[in-house]
Amino acid sequence: MNLAFLRGIFIGSLHAMVPITLTATGEVIGESSGLFNIGLEGIILMSAMTGALGAEAGGPIAGLLIGVATGAAIGLVFGSICTYFKGVQLIAGVGINLFAAGLVTFWLIDLGVPGHHAVADEGQMVDISTPLGDLSPMIIVAFVLPVLTYILLFRTKLGLKIRAVGENPQAADVAGINVHRLRLLSTVVGASLAGLAGAYISVDWMGSVTKEISAGRGFIALATVVFSGLNPMLVLLGGFIFGFFDNLAVWVSTMPAVQRVIPWQFVSMAPYIVTLLVVAGVIGRVRFPAAMGIPYERE
Amino acid sequence: MGFAAGALIMMVYGYDPISAYRALFSGAFGDLYGFSESLANATPLILTALTFAIGFRGGMFNIGAEGQLYLGALAAVTLSLLHLPPAMVFALSLICAVLAGAIWSLPVAILKATRGVHEVISTIMLNWISQFLAFYLIANILVDPMRAEKTISIAEGVRFPVLVPGTSLSYGIFISLFAAIIVYLFLWRTVIGFDIRAMGHNAMAATYAGIEKWKIIVFVFITGGFTAGLAGAVHVMGRPPTYAVYSGMPSITGLGFEGLAVAMIGRNHPIGIIISGIFFGGLLAGGRIMQLFAQVPLEMVRVVEGIVVLFLAIPELIRLFSFLRKMGPIVIFRSKRSSDEDRRRL
Repeated sequence: MNLAFLRGIFIGSLHAMVPITLTATGEVIGESSGLFNIGLEGIILMSAMTGALGAEAGGPIAGLLIGVATGAAIGLVFGSICTYFKGVQLIAGVGINLFAAGLVTFWLIDLGVPGHHAVADEGQMVDISTPLGDLSPMIIVAFVLPVLTYILLFRTKLGLKIRAVGENPQAADVAGINVHRLRLLSTVVGASLAGLAGAYISVDWMGSVTKEISAGRGFIALATVVFSGLNPMLVLLGGFIFGFFDNLAVWVSTMPAVQRVIPWQFVSMAPYIVTLLVVAGVIGRVRFPAAMGIPYERE
Repeated sequence: MGFAAGALIMMVYGYDPISAYRALFSGAFGDLYGFSESLANATPLILTALTFAIGFRGGMFNIGAEGQLYLGALAAVTLSLLHLPPAMVFALSLICAVLAGAIWSLPVAILKATRGVHEVISTIMLNWISQFLAFYLIANILVDPMRAEKTISIAEGVRFPVLVPGTSLSYGIFISLFAAIIVYLFLWRTVIGFDIRAMGHNAMAATYAGIEKWKIIVFVFITGGFTAGLAGAVHVMGRPPTYAVYSGMPSITGLGFEGLAVAMIGRNHPIGIIISGIFFGGLLAGGRIMQLFAQVPLEMVRVVEGIVVLFLAIPELIRLFSFLRKMGPIVIFRSKRSSDEDRRRL
């Protein structure tokens, strides 16, 4: 009984870590190249919406792919504004968040039931049975992608170039790297992963779309990136920690005994409080690319 | 440009954009009723925009107005539990709301000044925490014993009187305008205001000039908290018919983030914010009319806002706009000095 109980928490945490890990891994690539995307929250929200509709039209895989495409498209807009047009990254990111929050609510109203849309059963992803319990195949993806990203960033020439444009774009430019193009590429890849995370939430994990489905996960992913110090392997660890606390609220809601002592509202605060504390604790020992957040202008 | 994109989206979803926009603008600015509603909506937006603008002038990205506003609103509601003379409760409500906003922004300032935590992350986390705190307070402490879906109403004599009968416009608008002027004087006519702007302008030079960064951070977030908390109080104390906060907070969610858009479009200048606040208030008021007559959901307004902010990130575009604006009548409201400064900042 006790073991099954712990296993339930563990599996729940694994499912909750997927969106945070995926988004944070993508953002590690983006931030390595020097772009700070606070529009991740909006990307998750938008692609949860488009992914759900895509899944209903063509099955779960199509839904996930449409989520990726949505993320890539928004990443392309954000990336272009922040590279070729030298836009202010924080403002562009907030613009994406406002836009997504408005459009998704609008879209949900358009679909009929305001505020909530359940994904049809045939559109939902099927969990695979393992000795541990029913797990989503996306958990495997969430474990593999950070490893691949680590290899990309630290073991390949392209990764070196990405880190170079984040660290010293002037030098990279002189060395013949197209700074804007590489930054745009990294952001698009990063944003597609956030898109995948969004589609996972609606198609696989929750099985429905609400206007608050992203629930700050984009920002928790940003905090995870801070925690990891741009190391994709640490993103896995950070993702699990935040996933655990994210799952805590769901888990407590099944236990009336705990709820009598601590109101659910306070349990729901846990992931955000933990994020604040973790970020406050680790900062100072992590170092970010020197040119992060600064638009590159040729002299 | 945002409007064009908005029109495109409406067409995609099968609405008629022309009749929608006609309803929007006639609803917002067409008659006294519409204009009063626009001003009523502008009241909290101007205050939350000031929160963002103070931060932006100091080189910080304070998006915590949302959560600080929740607490300001609930602090004002809480004070109505007291059985004191109404005038006293009125003053105490405003003071406590302002303090609640400031207290809620204090962790952001402390974490930034001592640990270097980026304010984007800390303010967003505090926004979520305050949302759940507010849910708890609404459902358990401040709940109306007669109607479980809302909090108790602000006591009779503690409300802002209605300015134009039959509308939502209250005397609270004067608080917003007054606050905008105070913020202007604070930023442009005091030493600490100068230091804040210097820090935002060139942090390195300001530090060499002997300005202490932690002091600026604390001032920026505390004053930002003041106006955001005030926004919550003014909104709940001046908003007929119920003068209360409902569970789920439908009437106050988003006011903080919309304030950000207002500040950006008002070029982070208090006078510009008043103008853009009224404009955005108009979009919201007209949005309701649009919803009624053209059946376009009110959320369309938020979509347009998002697109506008997205494009405002582009410095070249802003330069183009300020060039166009020089031709227009708005130039009267904007001193040349501030527009030059804006250009150098970006």
